[in-house]
Amino acid sequence: MNPNLFAFSVVAILSVLSALGVVFFKNAVRSALSLVATFALLSVLYLTLDAQLLAWTQLVVYAGAIMVLFLFVIMVLNLSKQPALIERRDPKLMLATLLGFGFAGIIGVQVVTPLLPPSEIVKDPVLAPNGFGQPQAIGMALFTDYGYPFEAISVLLLVGIVGSILLAKRRLR
Amino acid sequence: MNGVPMAAYLLLGLVLFTIGVVGVVIRRSPIVIFMCIELMLNAVNLTTLAFARYLPQFVAGRERGHTAVAGEMIVIFIMAVAAAEVAVGLGIIMAIFRLRDSTDIDQMNVLRG
Repeated sequence: MNPNLFAFSVVAILSVLSALGVVFFKNAVRSALSLVATFALLSVLYLTLDAQLLAWTQLVVYAGAIMVLFLFVIMVLNLSKQPALIERRDPKLMLATLLGFGFAGIIGVQVVTPLLPPSEIVKDPVLAPNGFGQPQAIGMALFTDYGYPFEAISVLLLVGIVGSILLAKRRLR
Repeated sequence: MNGVPMAAYLLLGLVLFTIGVVGVVIRRSPIVIFMCIELMLNAVNLTTLAFARYLPQFVAGRERGHTAVAGEMIVIFIMAVAAAEVAVGLGIIMAIFRLRDSTDIDQMNVLRG
């Protein structure tokens, strides 16, 4: 096993464990914190994929902004009622786990198996594409070829801001 | 990264996505369900980025750079949509909580306010 694959396996196993923590911790705050760990580990994986800008964006947007929002909401709900965030076990768990394994099996057989090492479909290239993950290349693409999607996203974010303020107002009409 | 096959990244994305799906099914608190949705979105991001990074030298006769940037654009747009979705979704959860004083997803089966 080469050292790169070993490092990848360590990060991958840690991220799977913290993702399992999100699902199986009873307390919502613990779930949120292990989701932060998952996002941080995923940004390490983005770095291994040579996507530097996206790795830092992942840290700032997900581990920073989105998780702070989650923790704020948990805090607000927690103030008013304690047990609402801690739930009891129920019998769906076994069935859902089985269905999840089935789902993973179906997709894995269809998508991942043809790509496993003996196959010749994808030969792993040594170098990343030119300028891959660099801010210059992404900025150029974002403001030239992807101008319309960029504007559409900005309108969507504006609608999101207005909508969340409207929903969070004291009186909902 | 040299020596790591693309299938490894895809497998990790698949596992994370499955964990997210199972979480959405078994958890009852809407906040944790939201977190699992974020987990699924991140698994998709990882998969897209792996595909973009491991493109062959030529895609449909063209140099691969253009197509690789397309993969990164998808990731950026997914992140932006996820941010908007979280803001609105958590606002909805707050509104429901204020209305019903409970956040059990099994009790949210009526759409009347």
